[in-house]
Amino acid sequence: MNEIATDIRPEAATDEPFVVFDRVQKSYDGETLVVKDLNLAVPRGEFLTMLGPSGSGKTTCLMMLAGFETATHGEIRLAGRSINDIPPHRRGIGMVFQNYALFPHMTVGENLAFPLEVRSMGRSEREEKIRRALGMVQMEDFADRRPAQLSGGQQQRIALARALVFEPELVLMDEPLGALDKQLRETLQFEITNLAHQLGITTVYVTHDQTEALTMSDRVAVFNDGVIQQLAPPDELYERPQNSFVAQFIGENNKLPGTVETIAGDACTVRLEDGSVIDATPVNVSEPGEATLVSVRPERVEFKPEVTAGMEHTVEAEVLEFVYMGDTYRTRLRVAGDEGFVMKCRNSLDQERLSPGMRIRIGWDPRDARALDRV
Amino acid sequence: MTDAAASRGASPLDPHAAVAAVGGGVAPTGTAPLRAADGRPLKAALQRAERVNRRRAFLLVAPLLLFVLVTFLFPIGNLLKQSIWNDGFVVHENFATGTRTPIMQNLGGWFDANPPGTPANEEAFAALAADMAQLRELRAQGSVGTRINYEVPGTRSLFTKTARRADDLRPPFMEAILDVDEDWADPALWAAMRGASSPLTLNFYLAAVDLERNAQGDIVPVNENRAIYRDLFGKTLVLSLVITGATLLLGFPVAYLLATLPLAKSNLLMIFVLLPFWTSLLVRTTSWIVLLQSQGVVNDGLVAAGIIGDGSRIQMMYNQMGTVIAMTHILLPFMVLPLYSVMRPIDPSYMRAARSLGANSFTAFRRVYLPLTIPGIGAGALLVFILAVGYYITPALVGGADGQLISNLIAFHILDSLNWSLGAALASLLLFGVLILYWLYDRLVGIDNLKLG
Repeated sequence: MNEIATDIRPEAATDEPFVVFDRVQKSYDGETLVVKDLNLAVPRGEFLTMLGPSGSGKTTCLMMLAGFETATHGEIRLAGRSINDIPPHRRGIGMVFQNYALFPHMTVGENLAFPLEVRSMGRSEREEKIRRALGMVQMEDFADRRPAQLSGGQQQRIALARALVFEPELVLMDEPLGALDKQLRETLQFEITNLAHQLGITTVYVTHDQTEALTMSDRVAVFNDGVIQQLAPPDELYERPQNSFVAQFIGENNKLPGTVETIAGDACTVRLEDGSVIDATPVNVSEPGEATLVSVRPERVEFKPEVTAGMEHTVEAEVLEFVYMGDTYRTRLRVAGDEGFVMKCRNSLDQERLSPGMRIRIGWDPRDARALDRV
Repeated sequence: MTDAAASRGASPLDPHAAVAAVGGGVAPTGTAPLRAADGRPLKAALQRAERVNRRRAFLLVAPLLLFVLVTFLFPIGNLLKQSIWNDGFVVHENFATGTRTPIMQNLGGWFDANPPGTPANEEAFAALAADMAQLRELRAQGSVGTRINYEVPGTRSLFTKTARRADDLRPPFMEAILDVDEDWADPALWAAMRGASSPLTLNFYLAAVDLERNAQGDIVPVNENRAIYRDLFGKTLVLSLVITGATLLLGFPVAYLLATLPLAKSNLLMIFVLLPFWTSLLVRTTSWIVLLQSQGVVNDGLVAAGIIGDGSRIQMMYNQMGTVIAMTHILLPFMVLPLYSVMRPIDPSYMRAARSLGANSFTAFRRVYLPLTIPGIGAGALLVFILAVGYYITPALVGGADGQLISNLIAFHILDSLNWSLGAALASLLLFGVLILYWLYDRLVGIDNLKLG
């Protein structure tokens, strides 16, 4: 179906993942590295998301994979074959752009026919494939429209269909839903993941929206400063962040600075700046006396006396603000001098409503408090 | 699929449908006009509300409107009139006193009484003699002679010679006048005078396309050695097309470079594109002479480098080549600027998308980039072509005999031969030609696809 697939060296295709970044570095100016020593392997059929703030190198990685940027050092392999010297049009990779990049002078049908025409496909085969691709995104009736006559969501569906119509095995998506409103984004997130799994294609998806990354991906690579901070499935990323950047970047997070007091196996105690002591799980601390940042998710914080009573250590907190969010209550607390500590409770009939000024004691399961690096 | 459903038209949630329903409720018949809250018709209320704005807008454009009217529409109207209206044979204007005296009345009467093709008889010569006497009195024989000279060359002296001896003419006038000069017997001369006796004439347009009326009043091509205008129109057209093509070929890559460079760099380069605009046209043109003439920099350099011999210097100036080179340079910015303004907003992701879909860079350019620049190509080509067709100074300076364009001949008729009517007819033909091109462009590409900047 594409030139790359036919060129695979059999011995390499069997044992290596589909997409491999091998010690890839990228610099634009020769002075700073945008991507630093990137190693990443994507198995066939996986939906991998590159997540990170802008300037973290994630889009550069995608562009190197697509062939629009050249790696300064290292090798990118697709199906076991180095693609460093293969021009973009011979890589056979489908791509969806943030601004859709639908050709404005062609109709939807002509846009979809484009990749098939440049592959010299016959007319009847072409039409069959276009019909099928439009069907996949439920846009069968729009073949004769111009892109300008479509809404943003419809345009993105067409862009998706165009990237899939020539049946690539690898599809890259560069923040494809960034320009859409929230509701439409959620619908399309669902459709894109479904489609990707149905077709069994490998997808590399770039976004700065962590919700999108968590809901869509098989695995997420969190980028910062040109380095992958953590590569893990969404639940692990959220519940077991490996460093404070990931903890901070993914989801809402409370960070408590302190120093390690005692450490024993997979449990430690941390003395906070106001002198109080809490339980935590050591992640990247190893010695007592080390500075650390303890990360606790807002929804894992407990305040009910009947729960906290059984805990070894609890911390005193003062209620500063109590916000009704519908499905949850969001309570802002002062903990160890920090006024940004947030606690989330499920809105249930028996839930206690706190009011500002109240003093409570809070605690958590030691497994939910992760002692991370201090940055 | 909410967005898809909405665009399919009348859905129950269509806001326009809702408005229509409310409107129908107020006016059940559906024909009564909508009314504003105070009961007046909505249209009148709207007009009232917009009136102040409209008046202000009009006042803002009024100065330009007046300026254009006085300096542009009026002269062009005058020019068009000149091309079909020349009363040099029937009215004499004394420029000192401003009095206008009808002349050649007797001959005019004879032309009215006798159909075209009637040979000039004694009666006609008598009328001519009487008119000659009047011309002598008004000292108008020169201008009248010039008027006829436009159509029958070499006849001006006939009028001056005959008018000088008008008082000596005695019947029979035919004999007397033919005695002064037997050229008066030429039927073509009489046909020309008949034509000129009515100021409204298409003869100048005929002359502008190398046609004339013979003695019988039929339209025939002029003698081959006098036919110059058609060739010149053709040459103007071809040279303008060559210049347009050359500016496109040279300007497209430049515009592309400007459009793809970062803004800071492209602004710097843009200065070089605009530099010619800030230099006097004469300076630019003469510098081309310095460069390209046979003793010029380029030829000297080629000779010094031993590429050509001293005896075989290339003639690049004072011919068509000079005109093409100099005008291509001068008109290049008019191609680059519209192209640039179209290319700048073209998102680079279009090309990337095309590449990722499997098109090599040439195919991506041809199928995606080029079509997107069509409005700029159209605008630039139209602009350059129209400017080139009417260009005057550069061909006059560097064109020599061979590189002259139609506008140089128009200038000749306006400034030297003072045959304003013919100049006006040539200029009008040029104007109509350009209008037809514009119309064609509109039909083929669409004027709304034009992007000038």
